[in-house]
Amino acid sequence: MHIIENGNVAAALGVKLCRANVIAAYPITPQTPLTERLSEYVEAGEMKAEYIPVESEHSALAVCIAASSAGTRVSTATSANGLLYMHEQVQWAAGARLPIVMCVVNRAVGAPWNIWNDQQDSISQRDTGWIQMYCADHQQIIDTVIKAYWLAEKVSIPIMVCYDGYILSHTYMPFDVPDQEQVDAFLPPFRPDYALNPEDPANLNTVTLPDVRMDVHGELAHGYMEIRYLLQEEMRTTLAVAAEAEKRFTEIFGRGGDPYIEPYRCDDAEYVAVGLGSLTYQLRVCVDALRKEGINVGVMGVRFYRPFPDEAIANALKGKKGVIVFEKALSYGYEGALASDLKSALYEHLAYTGALPVVQNFIVGIGGRDIRTEELTQNLKAATQHRVSKEPAWIGLKL
Amino acid sequence: MNKDFIEIRWHGRGGQGAITAAKIVAGAAFVSGYAGVVMAPSFGTERRGAPVMTSLTISREKIYDLSPIETPDIVVILDHLLLKEADVTHGLKPGGIIVLNTPMAFESYHFKDYKLATADITAISVEAGLPHGMVNTGIIGSLEKAANLLGIDILIQGIENEFTKRKPEKNALAAKLAYERTVAGG
Amino acid sequence: MGTRNYKRKTSHSEHGPGDGGRTGSWRVERPVFDRSLCIPCKRNKESCFICWLFCPEIVISRTIPPTVNLEYCKGCGICAEECPTKAITMVDEAQFSEEDKD
Repeated sequence: MHIIENGNVAAALGVKLCRANVIAAYPITPQTPLTERLSEYVEAGEMKAEYIPVESEHSALAVCIAASSAGTRVSTATSANGLLYMHEQVQWAAGARLPIVMCVVNRAVGAPWNIWNDQQDSISQRDTGWIQMYCADHQQIIDTVIKAYWLAEKVSIPIMVCYDGYILSHTYMPFDVPDQEQVDAFLPPFRPDYALNPEDPANLNTVTLPDVRMDVHGELAHGYMEIRYLLQEEMRTTLAVAAEAEKRFTEIFGRGGDPYIEPYRCDDAEYVAVGLGSLTYQLRVCVDALRKEGINVGVMGVRFYRPFPDEAIANALKGKKGVIVFEKALSYGYEGALASDLKSALYEHLAYTGALPVVQNFIVGIGGRDIRTEELTQNLKAATQHRVSKEPAWIGLKL
Repeated sequence: MNKDFIEIRWHGRGGQGAITAAKIVAGAAFVSGYAGVVMAPSFGTERRGAPVMTSLTISREKIYDLSPIETPDIVVILDHLLLKEADVTHGLKPGGIIVLNTPMAFESYHFKDYKLATADITAISVEAGLPHGMVNTGIIGSLEKAANLLGIDILIQGIENEFTKRKPEKNALAAKLAYERTVAGG
Repeated sequence: MGTRNYKRKTSHSEHGPGDGGRTGSWRVERPVFDRSLCIPCKRNKESCFICWLFCPEIVISRTIPPTVNLEYCKGCGICAEECPTKAITMVDEAQFSEEDKD
């Protein structure tokens, strides 16, 4: 059924359709309407879930870690400084291999205090061992939440479903809400390998020695390093599982595409713009305008940021003259994290061909600064004509 | 006005229901076959009584650009006192439409290059049985009269669906009366 | 021989000897109860059990008299420190015969 609602409602409906059993979240703008909506579903009996009020984001994720360890499907959501306050538990959830799905409603981080959109919050959590998926519109939000539960539980790795604060979270657009029967067919009940159980007690994630050890049954158990290696190894194989998720999803819901990237007019493009989230849809308008001027450009949205689909990205950009990365975050002291990752992928897969595309990096929309389509178009155009700057160029800066 | 791509900017005060009004029009447009409908409130500054803005874009095709609209075809003003507080005609296309809730006579306004439509929605809404100050459904009737976008019937249907449990018939009546009594310039 | 085929992906330990095995072997002093001072023994009813509550290894039973699982008691002496009537004394292991130690 098609409805017109905002992005937070799209996320809440996704969580509801996935039948999460425990919700723990602490309100923070622009995530607040999402958690309010979930609490209303629980209060009205539309969701058979326990809504656990907490006093902080750190506690919210701690509750989710405990509930997930007990074998329930859990949901949380946050933004900006709330996500940063969780940071210790974020790492813990990944090392504990708990399939938690968390919506990150992207917002700038303080200082200075700012409630508007950029992506510094989730990008700063890149190395925590969570899968990160980015959404470009409301349909992708609700669909990604549903895919995320299936994928997280398949690979036992937590997932952040990231979408732009306000631009998506508070904007109303039409989208299709799948039927409960479809979602139930796609997503089976959560059945963990082990769930906390007083009849079969266990200590989870206590002090784990640098070296391997014998367990109580006389079997050789992992040391810390093996556990961390397995997280990395299975993050990499998650790429293949994500393709399976996309295939299953497409079969049941009748929509889907490339699981990793979302290319637009890239096939014959000489230059390709790359980014994460709603910005990549805005760039489609820029691409259309420049195509009318005879400039062969395309745009590619990256849907998976971790694990990084390096091979898919390199294949898609093979033979291009230039790649222009637009980012709403950066690794201070160098450049945008996506630009660095993308260069690394191009080098790994294309260096032997001797044909590496030139990569340029733009920083846009930091702290909610308006991203004007015309300005974006002119900068993209300039980058197809010459090297704009060695350092990342900030669009719309008024210094 | 290009009816395949229409940009409407709404000016109201926090708590006045401009977002709900824009949402009703968005829903009616979608039902009428506009595949692209985007309603974006001004972000982060909503406080009761403070001037607020909402933009609504209606398109025959899916909309990929969610950036704030800069050159509206129509501006809708829920409170005539906002004319003194906000630059309501900023970016309005030449020949664009201004829909204004005001107790003053149509003739007392002079907007060069724009088409004006006025009605005393505040009084009409009270007449329809709504509490004083509830103007967000009445203004939809004025908008339709001024712009002839979607047809009044589908908008009234949208109002009744939105206000299922909150006086649907009175809200629908307000829109109907406003539609009938709006004075629109040529 | 590595841990590739180990059944779990995480750190997961079950009750039983820990990484140190039977830690009773670490003990140099053993807690010994004086029943004439021990509150539950004197009153012959369930009370006090401060020793049971404080034992970090959970080797003291909540019984009359309280007993100590010497396989795992490390001899830390917290029970003796906390006992309100000084009913527990830490006694040098050398004073016990080899059979007593098992």
